[in-house]
Amino acid sequence: MSQHPTAQDLDAAAVARLNDLNAAGKPLTAKTRLAIPAQEMPAQPPAERIHNVREVTLGYSAAQAKLEAQRCLQCPTQPCVKGCPVQINIRGFLQAVAAGDEAAAIAVIKHNSLLPAVCGRVCPQETQCQAECTLGKALKDPEKSVCIGRVERYVADWERENGRIQAPSVKPATGKNVAVIGSGPASLVCAADVRREGHAVTVFEAFHKFGGVMLYGIPEFRLPKKIVEIEVDTLKAMGVTLVPNFVVGRTRKLKDLLEQDGFDAIFIGTGAGLPKFMNIEGENLVGVSSANEYLTRANLMRAYDRGKAATPIAAAKKVVVLGGGNVAMDSARTALRLGAAEVHIVYRRTEKEMPARTEEVAHAKEEGVVFHFLANAKRILGDAQGRVTSLECVRYELGAPDKSGRPRPVLVPDSEYLMDADAVIVAIGNESNPLIKQTTPDLQTDDWGHIVIKEDGSTSVPRVYAGGDIVLGSATVILAMGQGRCAAASINRLLAGA
Amino acid sequence: MTAPHLILAKQQLSTDVFLIRVQAPHIARERRPGQFIMLSLDAEFGERLPLTITDADPAAGWIALLFQRVGQGTNMLAELRVGDAIPVLVGPLGQPTHLEKVGTVVCVGGGIGIAPLFPIAQGLKKVGNHVISIIGARTKELVILEDRMREVSDELFVCTDDGSYGTKSLVTAPLKAVCERQPKPELAVAIGPAIMMKFCAETTRPFGVRTLVSLNTIMVDGTGMCGGCRVTVGGKTKFVCVDGPEFDGHQVDFDGMMKRQLAFRSQEQEALAQWRQTHACKLAAAADAARATG
Ligand SMILES: Cc1cc2nc3c(=O)[nH]c(=O)nc-3n(C[C@H](O)[C@H](O)[C@H](O)COP(=O)(O)OP(=O)(O)OC[C@H]3O[C@@H](n4cnc5c(N)ncnc54)[C@H](O)[C@@H]3O)c2cc1C
Ligand SMILES: Cc1cc2nc3c(=O)[nH]c(=O)nc-3n(C[C@H](O)[C@H](O)[C@H](O)COP(=O)(O)OP(=O)(O)OC[C@H]3O[C@@H](n4cnc5c(N)ncnc54)[C@H](O)[C@@H]3O)c2cc1C
Ligand code: SF4
Ligand code: SF4
Ligand code: FES
Repeated sequence: MSQHPTAQDLDAAAVARLNDLNAAGKPLTAKTRLAIPAQEMPAQPPAERIHNVREVTLGYSAAQAKLEAQRCLQCPTQPCVKGCPVQINIRGFLQAVAAGDEAAAIAVIKHNSLLPAVCGRVCPQETQCQAECTLGKALKDPEKSVCIGRVERYVADWERENGRIQAPSVKPATGKNVAVIGSGPASLVCAADVRREGHAVTVFEAFHKFGGVMLYGIPEFRLPKKIVEIEVDTLKAMGVTLVPNFVVGRTRKLKDLLEQDGFDAIFIGTGAGLPKFMNIEGENLVGVSSANEYLTRANLMRAYDRGKAATPIAAAKKVVVLGGGNVAMDSARTALRLGAAEVHIVYRRTEKEMPARTEEVAHAKEEGVVFHFLANAKRILGDAQGRVTSLECVRYELGAPDKSGRPRPVLVPDSEYLMDADAVIVAIGNESNPLIKQTTPDLQTDDWGHIVIKEDGSTSVPRVYAGGDIVLGSATVILAMGQGRCAAASINRLLAGA
Repeated sequence: MTAPHLILAKQQLSTDVFLIRVQAPHIARERRPGQFIMLSLDAEFGERLPLTITDADPAAGWIALLFQRVGQGTNMLAELRVGDAIPVLVGPLGQPTHLEKVGTVVCVGGGIGIAPLFPIAQGLKKVGNHVISIIGARTKELVILEDRMREVSDELFVCTDDGSYGTKSLVTAPLKAVCERQPKPELAVAIGPAIMMKFCAETTRPFGVRTLVSLNTIMVDGTGMCGGCRVTVGGKTKFVCVDGPEFDGHQVDFDGMMKRQLAFRSQEQEALAQWRQTHACKLAAAADAARATG
């Protein structure tokens, strides 16, 4: 485990550097900016953080944020904006932070994004805004791009910690009613944007808490629940009605909401659904669970709070996680925090092809998660009681690229080997949730059950819109949010015209 | 939309079996036989438990739940009194039973399984079937809903394992006899412990009588998100909460399912023991307090 400077060290270094830069009193040249080192994110030491569920990263200090923002070259073409799914005026907010004006910065961000405290933490920046950044290109290393997400998080945290979050203003009541189904990022954003226009909005959520995957999927140590709760409170302050424990399609059918309950338009943001399994022998053994089940028990039902939580979670010593995405990293790191002595990740391709965010992989490694690349489970073995005891794995090598452009893993013959395990977590993605489709036959979906939408977010059923993972498959918070916004704009147009 | 789910009535049917009526107008309006709810008694730390909707009155806005005290969750539920509220109640979930007139049907209920069986038998009767029912339990105490089952059945057999009531036999004995009749029944519905459903399916298989079973796997969300409720049916992975709870009994891998049901046995027992202990302390404290003030 590498040694990291403390938050205090990082702040002190940033303060000193800022003083140096400002001593000249002149605007910074591109050369000076290029010479400023990318600011490291302070974090809890690995050995300590695996014993708690508090947030791993601690956030930039004011000086670090200011210094990082001063690295921005203020490019006239702003290629970074093209990489951001909601086109935040990145140059604009960085300029404000560089000048020490957080209030102006948050206003710029909020113009395009309603959840910067979330996106600043969980966006895969390295493949989005930061992938396009001129600075990274100039330094020939995308990891040296301006750390846009971290500065975004700093600004959003500044707003929250200074009690400056204000509910957006709401126009006078229009008498129109909109139902929003689900309460993930797509839905929260859609609800806010529709409500702003003065329409009455009701959010129906199947669970007893609001926030979708941000609440029950992404763990506390990566996205504190408090942040999501504050966003939900903001909606409440805007006069949005939030109904928990209400499963649309079952508690009430979509058609009935439209035809009998007086809703003028509906947004469906029900997210991804049933977990995929590998369909291998032994997958139903006791001790094998989907990442969804594991993380839900851990997050929503707080299995980590062992004195209080009722949900049972197998106290495993050696956990094997199958998959290579964020969900796999979150499962592995959660398992450590629930007390596993050893956690292994088995992934079919190499580190380079792993879809997980670079930062999550780095954090998982620091925490001691062991990676097995170019391997996959062939079957899971159990004892007489049906409990998992081990995994039979096979090795792969990389072959020619497949349709996604990634090299296809090719099985190495006779490469079987055994790995002990007392818990296996399958994190290889999700199918789509079938509930609304089952009870709304004329809602058009594709072969995977994802709802088909037009560019404006509309579905095959009039007055019904959709967005987020139920449309995109497993995507990201920011993409879900973008679709929620787009659908809200369409709903607002529909209701203004009607 | 969010009126509290008050307990309107409560009845103790035997030492461990309770029937409660809960205010839930939305669920009462939509529910069909075969469907269930998920409930939790503690939104912060609680587990969610699935229970079948035994009965409902859409006009009055209540649903009825019949449950057996087995672990921490059901024990806590049994403690609630009329006027208390259930903080988390969601439903109706699962696919409703496909109710159609097929001729003669045989409905088999074992133990607490009689609760989910009742609305299905009632529905099958309503659409015009000849309903033969078989209900069984370990002992007399555990035979529930006999009168209600009699109301909706053309014939009713009652049996107990120990012979303390009805015929001394397992439910599979009268089931076999019914299958041997000419003409044989068109459909069998068997609900009860996994082992009972397994043997009912084995009993009807040689007769080629289509057999529906309602599976009670472990569930976490009940809405098709976690995959915890998966079972193998006809060689494929199915999810009981959204694809079921009813399946073709001749296709279900009961042995696999029974193993999964035991998944959390040790933690469950621990939780129950802990609950009993704190509960006993609370009762003792309450008694002390009463003595002190009284
Ligand atoms: C473990 C994990 C880690 C992730 N990490 C990242 C990350 O680092 N960065 C990133 O950008 N993305 C990440 N994602 C993906 C991201 O969380 C999702 O893309 C995003 O949350 C999708 O938002 P959504 O609004 O479409 O739906 P969701 O967040 O899935 O919310 C849908 C909501 O709808 C409710 N619902 C479903 N059906 C019904 C119904 N019939 N009636 C009422 N309510 C219903 C659900 O209960 C849920 O609350 C991660 C996902 C997971 C699972
Ligand atoms: C669709 C469905 C309908 C059901 N209907 C009824 C009913 O009408 N009446 C009734 O008494 N019971 C019913 N059950 C079973 C009931 O849900 C369990 O008895 C209850 O969850 C046990 O909780 P506990 O905390 O009291 O016991 P625990 O200590 O948690 O468990 C005791 C036993 O119950 C089983 N169990 C535990 N958790 C669950 C769970 N989440 N889902 C299913 N089984 C579990 C375990 O196999 C264990 O052996 C139904 C189950 C399902 C899936
Ligand atoms: S929202 Fe995401 S992609 Fe857009 S600027 Fe922020 S971190 Fe980058
Ligand atoms: S591309 Fe990079 S350097 Fe250029 S404006 Fe955007 S953040 Fe600044
Ligand atoms: S209970 Fe979670 S998918 Fe069925």
